[in-house]
Amino acid sequence: MFVGVDLGSRAIKVAAWQGGRLVDYKVRESGFEPHRQVEEMIQEYDPCTVMATGYGRHLVKEYFAYEVITEIKAHALGIHAVLPEATTVVDIGGQDSKVISLNAKGQVVNFQMNDKCAAGTGRFLEIMAASLAYPLGEFGLAALDSDQEVQINSMCTVFAESEVISMKNRGVPRQHIARAVHASVADCILSMLNRVGYGDTIAFSGGVANNPCIVEMVRRSLDNVRVIVPENPSIIGALGASLHAQSQGRATE
Amino acid sequence: MKWLFRYGCSEELFLKRFEEEGKIMNAESFEIKACPEMWKDLGMDVERFDKMRLMLGEIYRKTYLTQKNRPVKMAYFDDMVAEIHGGRIKEILAAKAEGHPVIGTFCVYIPEEVVLAAGGVCVGLCGGSQGSIPDAEKILPRNICPMVKSAFGFKAGRICPYFQAVDFVYGETTCDAKKKTWEILDTMVPTYVMEIPQMKKQSDRDMWLSEVKEFKAKVEEVAGKEVTVEELKKAVKVMNGKRRALQRLNTLRHTKPTPISGKDVLLVEQIAFYDEPVRFASQVNELCDDLEQRIAAGEAVPGKDAVRIMVAGVPMALPNWKLHHLVEGAGAVIVNEESCIGTRYYKDLMAEDAQDMETILTDLTKRYMNIDCSCFTPNDERIDQVLKEYRESQADGIIHYSLQFCHTYNVEEIRIREACAREGIPYMFIESDYSPEDVGQIQTRVEAFLEQIRG
Ligand code: SF4
Ligand code: SF4
Repeated sequence: MFVGVDLGSRAIKVAAWQGGRLVDYKVRESGFEPHRQVEEMIQEYDPCTVMATGYGRHLVKEYFAYEVITEIKAHALGIHAVLPEATTVVDIGGQDSKVISLNAKGQVVNFQMNDKCAAGTGRFLEIMAASLAYPLGEFGLAALDSDQEVQINSMCTVFAESEVISMKNRGVPRQHIARAVHASVADCILSMLNRVGYGDTIAFSGGVANNPCIVEMVRRSLDNVRVIVPENPSIIGALGASLHAQSQGRATE
Repeated sequence: MKWLFRYGCSEELFLKRFEEEGKIMNAESFEIKACPEMWKDLGMDVERFDKMRLMLGEIYRKTYLTQKNRPVKMAYFDDMVAEIHGGRIKEILAAKAEGHPVIGTFCVYIPEEVVLAAGGVCVGLCGGSQGSIPDAEKILPRNICPMVKSAFGFKAGRICPYFQAVDFVYGETTCDAKKKTWEILDTMVPTYVMEIPQMKKQSDRDMWLSEVKEFKAKVEEVAGKEVTVEELKKAVKVMNGKRRALQRLNTLRHTKPTPISGKDVLLVEQIAFYDEPVRFASQVNELCDDLEQRIAAGEAVPGKDAVRIMVAGVPMALPNWKLHHLVEGAGAVIVNEESCIGTRYYKDLMAEDAQDMETILTDLTKRYMNIDCSCFTPNDERIDQVLKEYRESQADGIIHYSLQFCHTYNVEEIRIREACAREGIPYMFIESDYSPEDVGQIQTRVEAFLEQIRG
């Protein structure tokens, strides 16, 4: 069996691949000693070849992975497997976001990562949802409900948060503020897309792809581009890693 | 060639130890030498500085001495690091006691030939350490270039023996961060500023020549003597010799597979700014002899198939080894630094045949005018130079490295990126500072870039 482990900053994702198909997957919030959690999660697949990716990939390698690949390559492989028509991948993760441009074979030809700032990441959305008292699952839907253009100008989480507070105190309804928060993340993604360039099909991956508002905002801003979301965006990185484990062709039995 | 060794102690001090040991220092025995008495005499914050010394030693051990298969002749440069706050400072102080001017510099536009001709010593004061940044931020705005902050902090915190030892600092007007910082620095250490033009028209060249003459007058005043034509000619030869040795080193490391790590070459390029030039050149040449043998024997660092990366951009001042450490830690090797602590310092030589002061100074100005710093506009030469070095170094990709808030390099990056796209060169841009907080992100980006190149 080939197991991809994506140890991200917020969650651990595991995908198990055997006989040419995805046989199992798991997603768990990461806590202390994440490698122990990983150990528990993958125990039942033994014997298996583990390929690690994500922020904690080197930690996983220290304990049980055969090799590591970056999230960039993992998401590229994962998306190419489930949505081969994708020319560009947008992965909004907990700690950073990435835009990856692919060639016809699904190989990475260029990529951008947002640097040194939480703006444009899942973390930013989480902080803002909390400050507006929305459960994360409802945050995107609420924002979609708003039809009013208010704007957050700051690209820094700390300043953006104080902007949000001052909007609250001016009595701006919270779904409008929610919309502004989403627009600021979408803008960040769009500007990365413009820098890297994109083809005709953009696929989202990573947990934030489950947020309907971000996807919709990006979709509406681009003409003649298909914006698609795979069935299970959170595990795309883990899936890509498991595929890479297989292509490295290590026999496991 | 002995004439520059008159400061005593130097040669024996350094060379004896290699003969005894005859090999690269091992990680356990390495230590940066302490000279608390001397530091106290220099008016330093000894307690704090000693902690920084230990930290630097630790970083050096981890970054350098754990490398496998290093050229034996790196021993001299390891020792230069061990003596960075001890032996070399002693030499400089001895020179100073004999009346030789000691001049702190920040930029490769400072005509070192003139300083050498007056019997003086140049020491590069660029800062590459996070440790001194809090000292700077007590005074300077936070959002300026970390190189300026780091250097300034070394003076403000009295935690750099070189800064304490100089007669004066020679600054220049290359970028705004620097030129305004000189005004503040001048309240702590005499700081003279040389005007560097921003364009390369004839009127700029004329102005630059008159600045060089003024610089010479200033150095002569401090040295208490006039520079003769003979002395200047000799100094030109010395500097050409030093630059030739570095060129030779760079050409040898361009061999595929390369016989030396990028980290080691970067270290040599960094030491170029504080070592005695004649001794340095001869040690670099010895290292080159060593490398020729390694090439003949097929030695490859880290291995035959390592991805080769060229770095372009802002200088990486000691001890800024962050990017090299990440790239080489990921199994690739750096084969060129298009930077001031790199090729921009040594790619151009100057004519040696002029016989009168005016012609020599004009030749000198010409040589310095070839430096393609991003503070010039237009600066097409640099774009061509980057592409040229890419081909010569047989690299597989380019990483453009700039420091945060360095506007000229950060904007010029756009043109480098476009040129790379045109030529189909794998390219990545990293903007960073000296703090450790973005190491995780940069590591991911570097690894992904290498994956992209490996296909
Ligand atoms: S980058 Fe420009 S300003 Fe900085 S040292 Fe080089 S030449 Fe001087
Ligand atoms: S890196 Fe840029 S901002 Fe910093 S000193 Fe050099 S030219 Fe100035």
